[in-house]
Amino acid sequence: MQAESGLRVKIGLEVHCQLTALKTKLFCSCSSDYRASEPNEKICPVCFGLPGTLPVLNAKAVEYAAMIGLALNCSVANRSLFYRKNYFYPDLPKGFQISQYDKAGGVPIASSGSVEVEGKDVRITRIQLEEDPGKLTYEGTIDKSSYSLVDYNRAGIALVEIVTEPDIEDAREAKMFLEKLRSVIESLGVSNGELDGAMRCDANISLAGGARVEVKNISSFKEVEKALNYEILRQRTFSGNATSETRHWDERRSITIALRSKEEEQEYRYFPEPDLNAIVLEPGAIAGVRKAMPEVVDAKASRYAEEFGVSLQLAKELAAKKELSAFFDECARLHDGYQEMASLIVGELSAAAVAGAHPIAPEEFVGLVRMVESSSITRAQAKEAIRETLLTGRPARQVVQMKNLSAVVDESAIAVVIAKVVAARPGALDEARGDKKAFNHLVGQVLKEEPKAQPTVVAKLLAKRLRGK
Amino acid sequence: MKSRSGVSLHQVPSMVSNGEMSAEEYIASIFEKVDRLDQKIHSYLQLNREPSLAKAKELDRRAKRGERLGRLAGLGIAVKDNICVRSLQATCASRILRGFNPPYSATAVQRIESEDGIILGKTNMDEFGMGNTTQNSAYGPTLNPWDTSRVSGGSSGGSAAAVAAGMASVALGSDTGGSIRCPSSFCSVVGLKPTYGRVSRYGLIPYANSLEQIGPIARDAESLWLLFSAIAGYDAEDATSSREPVKSPKGDGIKGLRVGRIKEFFGEGAQQKVTERVMDGGAKLEALGAKAGETSIASLPHSLAVYYVIAMAEASSNLSRYDGVRYGLSPERGTADWNSAFARTRSEGFGEEVKRRILLGTFVLSAGYYEAYYVRAQKVRALLAQEFALAFKKFDVLFGPTMPVLPPKLGERVTPLEDYLIDINTVAANLTGLPAISVPCGLVDGLPVGMQVIAPMFREEVLLEVAAALGREQGLKSPPLEEAA
Repeated sequence: MQAESGLRVKIGLEVHCQLTALKTKLFCSCSSDYRASEPNEKICPVCFGLPGTLPVLNAKAVEYAAMIGLALNCSVANRSLFYRKNYFYPDLPKGFQISQYDKAGGVPIASSGSVEVEGKDVRITRIQLEEDPGKLTYEGTIDKSSYSLVDYNRAGIALVEIVTEPDIEDAREAKMFLEKLRSVIESLGVSNGELDGAMRCDANISLAGGARVEVKNISSFKEVEKALNYEILRQRTFSGNATSETRHWDERRSITIALRSKEEEQEYRYFPEPDLNAIVLEPGAIAGVRKAMPEVVDAKASRYAEEFGVSLQLAKELAAKKELSAFFDECARLHDGYQEMASLIVGELSAAAVAGAHPIAPEEFVGLVRMVESSSITRAQAKEAIRETLLTGRPARQVVQMKNLSAVVDESAIAVVIAKVVAARPGALDEARGDKKAFNHLVGQVLKEEPKAQPTVVAKLLAKRLRGK
Repeated sequence: MKSRSGVSLHQVPSMVSNGEMSAEEYIASIFEKVDRLDQKIHSYLQLNREPSLAKAKELDRRAKRGERLGRLAGLGIAVKDNICVRSLQATCASRILRGFNPPYSATAVQRIESEDGIILGKTNMDEFGMGNTTQNSAYGPTLNPWDTSRVSGGSSGGSAAAVAAGMASVALGSDTGGSIRCPSSFCSVVGLKPTYGRVSRYGLIPYANSLEQIGPIARDAESLWLLFSAIAGYDAEDATSSREPVKSPKGDGIKGLRVGRIKEFFGEGAQQKVTERVMDGGAKLEALGAKAGETSIASLPHSLAVYYVIAMAEASSNLSRYDGVRYGLSPERGTADWNSAFARTRSEGFGEEVKRRILLGTFVLSAGYYEAYYVRAQKVRALLAQEFALAFKKFDVLFGPTMPVLPPKLGERVTPLEDYLIDINTVAANLTGLPAISVPCGLVDGLPVGMQVIAPMFREEVLLEVAAALGREQGLKSPPLEEAA
């Protein structure tokens, strides 16, 4: 990106993540499970902001927020404060949001962390615990709508806001960061990013020499890459002379629209929330949270690599998906063919498959791996069996029998196939000598000719032939 | 204080319980008085007549069956209009909340009801508690039963006037900067601002959360304590409420109690006749065995500025929710955008004083001014608390005039600043969280004077001993209005 135009892109993200594992809202006992509800059904006098009501803090939310802080390598504050962020908006029942702040004497629950993305650290400025506002629905688009409808079911849902330093350099990196962040948070079991609107993102983008533009309303991580690419392109056309402003991502039209300039920017008049006490987390309590915390992605990946000898890249991919790593952990209790299992899981299974209509049992899966290891079926056949099981729900062993899956290991039979392939490709043998890539290609050609052939036997015989002749 | 039948108010519950007294007759007699007097005084905004009489009747039935009744059985209780009572309008004497019926009762009200107290109605106040005269009500002022050309004090003017004129047995007020003590002083009743955290604020529509408390107003110390002990104590619905247990007064007087005159309360801003009367009150305490002395709280002269900065800052935020979207006043919007619709609701709904405080509070919280005003005010607030703590090493309680002046005539003071200045003696207790009581301390030219007594945190029972001793010593008088009626 930088090379293309010579303008360095700096992106900072503000990620809002609902603590969906909580049963109730942040300051009242309303159910936090609002997604299937009628508008304004999951509300009470507290989250509806009726005068005279008072907030009572959900203790579990504090624990979850601290957990996220620890998982993102932040320092968790022993004493943090709630602040009021004052602004008028129809979706804000009290005319202020109970949040946290890092200026004006404020202390957020966690700060100064980092997340590693492809070998690079993205610094986390702070993590704060706050309440979600309600939700506005516009007739048509935000800039043309003649009315809007407001639903307060979401008002008061516990959120953590995760703020990064402007360490991200392009849209792809932003996406990688968000995927990593999501898998960390999901592995903690505090939030389910699959739920609609559970993870949302605002982005601050500046091109070297240009002003900072904030893009709001990016409703999902999928949209982030699109929104950032659009905005970077838009700013480039201003040759870095974009004005400082807040823009709105219009998902339907895939463009950003100007909302307000920074001169008209809200002044939030932060001050300490007088209705709530400080959040006190003694060092012992923080240690307790750390102890009770599920293993997060990075720790899990290095455990797979170190303890089980799984290759690092595979270990990382396995650890990144909570469902897959849980499946792997179960299999690892049954069998020690770790690398083979990891490779098949990452290659063939998905979160949806593990929890799908026809899940494959770890025992069956391990059975297939054993067959591969004993050369009774090939890896390709194992994959075929897995796909069939997931599709039909038929037990894997039965699939192997029915489809008559078995590896050809008979050396003379395989030698015949090799001879045929080699004959059809003059010079291929010479190329394969001393060239690993060409050799593997040749193995592939043999397997294409006879898919049931056991690849290890093919390789062995080919190598012999290279040496022999 | 005896009612017409010669019964002391605090004896009402046990007499109703024993069947010696009819709650229904008693409550009906209170409403008769309201019918006779309140056109003149205007203490109530809304009466809860039929439900009150039905509840009283029910109590009599239960008493007849030999059931044990609650400790407030049969007492008629007036509730300030910023305290929520389910099914009664809560307007805070503001146009903006006209028609707002809260679907919940304040914790204090729930406790009253579970002790068989009877909620008579909602009383007038300065809009959202902002004022010390009850002239800032959108529904007209409450007049002083002692002289109807004068103000009742505020902001709990309706509650204090109702109690003074016998239109309620006791009442709930709220006190953010003196709003219970000021009208109690002007109307010659007893009013207690409890320690911050002592009474749950759940259901109190906020003006300035970090300063205010719900508290009782009564004609004598005994009935005051009855109501206070019913509403005090920890509440899980209020994160700032305290688990400190409520101690009962021993009832053995004030012999040996070390009482300290606060020098700054007797300074030049106060009317001399008022300070003289309070000095007399101090002498009476000495005569009853207290040991009197004098002390100085050096930061007191700053307390007024500190109070107004903090109170207005919190108010500007608390009152943001009144936008006409969900409840309360909502003028026809036509096709205006939400911003102008909000502006219109708030322009039409709020009175002048409320707007002034929202503007000033918004200003002091603005970037660039926050440090100079709000942060500095909080520092002085902490200093003030330290100075009081030091003074309490030498004295058990501190005292001075509640109000530095006699009840002003309606419309007498014209600038807001003149209005603010007479809060000089009351705001310190709110800034520090200390409990403070106003006790009747005689008359000057037929107008009431109140003595304010301040105790260390959570020592309300000491204040009660002082109030009871002083009450017994001077005997409490009724306003001429009631005698004439």
